[in-house]
Amino acid sequence: MRPVDHSVLVVIPALNEEESVADVVRDVRLGIPSARCLVVDDGSSDRTGERARAAGASVLTLPYNLGVGGAMRAGFRFARSNGFSIVVQVDADGQHDPAAILQLIEGLSSADLMIGARFAGVGDYGVRGPRRWAMRALAALMSNVARTRLTDVTSGFKAAGPRAVALFADNFPAEYLGDTIEALVIAARAGLTIRQLPVAMRKRQAGTPSHHPIKAAAYLTRACAAFALAMIRPRARLETRS
Amino acid sequence: MSPATYAFGIVAAVLALIAIIELMRRGTLRERHAVWWFVGGLLSLIIAVFPQTLTWTAKALGIAVPTNLVFFVAIGLLFLVSLQYGAELTRVEAKLRALAERAAFHEHRLEELEKRPEPRHGQPQDSTDGFDE
Repeated sequence: MRPVDHSVLVVIPALNEEESVADVVRDVRLGIPSARCLVVDDGSSDRTGERARAAGASVLTLPYNLGVGGAMRAGFRFARSNGFSIVVQVDADGQHDPAAILQLIEGLSSADLMIGARFAGVGDYGVRGPRRWAMRALAALMSNVARTRLTDVTSGFKAAGPRAVALFADNFPAEYLGDTIEALVIAARAGLTIRQLPVAMRKRQAGTPSHHPIKAAAYLTRACAAFALAMIRPRARLETRS
Repeated sequence: MSPATYAFGIVAAVLALIAIIELMRRGTLRERHAVWWFVGGLLSLIIAVFPQTLTWTAKALGIAVPTNLVFFVAIGLLFLVSLQYGAELTRVEAKLRALAERAAFHEHRLEELEKRPEPRHGQPQDSTDGFDE
């Protein structure tokens, strides 16, 4: 038997994040000491795994790069086989504030899936121009499917409750954009409740999102294709295991 | 062109598109492998609905017999698809090799662990670190 507060698993998919992963792990462990911290090392060629282990995280080393979707799928399967009922996804680049994890988990009392939304008014998140419009259009589409107002559907900061963990352990998509758009569509169509929580983002420690119009258009096209495909796929069923 | 030929072209193109989308829907065909087939299906649908586009493009490119343009594009698409398969196969082989190596390392590590006489203190470091694909 596991005490209730031990059943939170914080999954941190990481690809070549040796600079920031240790700080993220440390912040997560400080922010929510009862949770287990699992870094999924997605085929990094640097010392990401080593740094994460030294900071006190459990590390799952994938033999080669599977993408965020593949890493999260491994995380959800790990959660299911080790009896964790709540999975929180946090990016390894340090842009998510671990202090908000508790708020996300509290939100799970009335929802199955909580999204930490970047554009919902708290903090300033520097995405402008075409890419922002693309993300807005997607958010409008998703809000319709999820029957709730969502403003940031590509956020990598999410908390999944027991029903969502059960669903995702079987059905988490590993395709491009699968971890964001398709995962939300699968959850919404399986009848899970999705809510968002406005969160402030910290500065990304490395890399800036691109603002090129053509790239934004390509992104929107691919995202819409992924969305359309997710909508016509057979509906995933939530198996109730007792 | 008789109406029957016109309809036949459209039906064939639509059937091809339906087959591609159905395979993607069931998850039998991954998106990235479907791209060129999808492009081919769309092109044939466009040409079936507006045959003038074919004659116009052939004339613009200086091709005397428009059908030759169709063959050229079709062969080009098939070329791209097989090239993509070749590249994909190479990638899959590399991944398979990485997995086989990983399995061998784990087996070796398990044997070493089983050989130890007394119960161990503290987990040994993961010996597969720095493992390269």
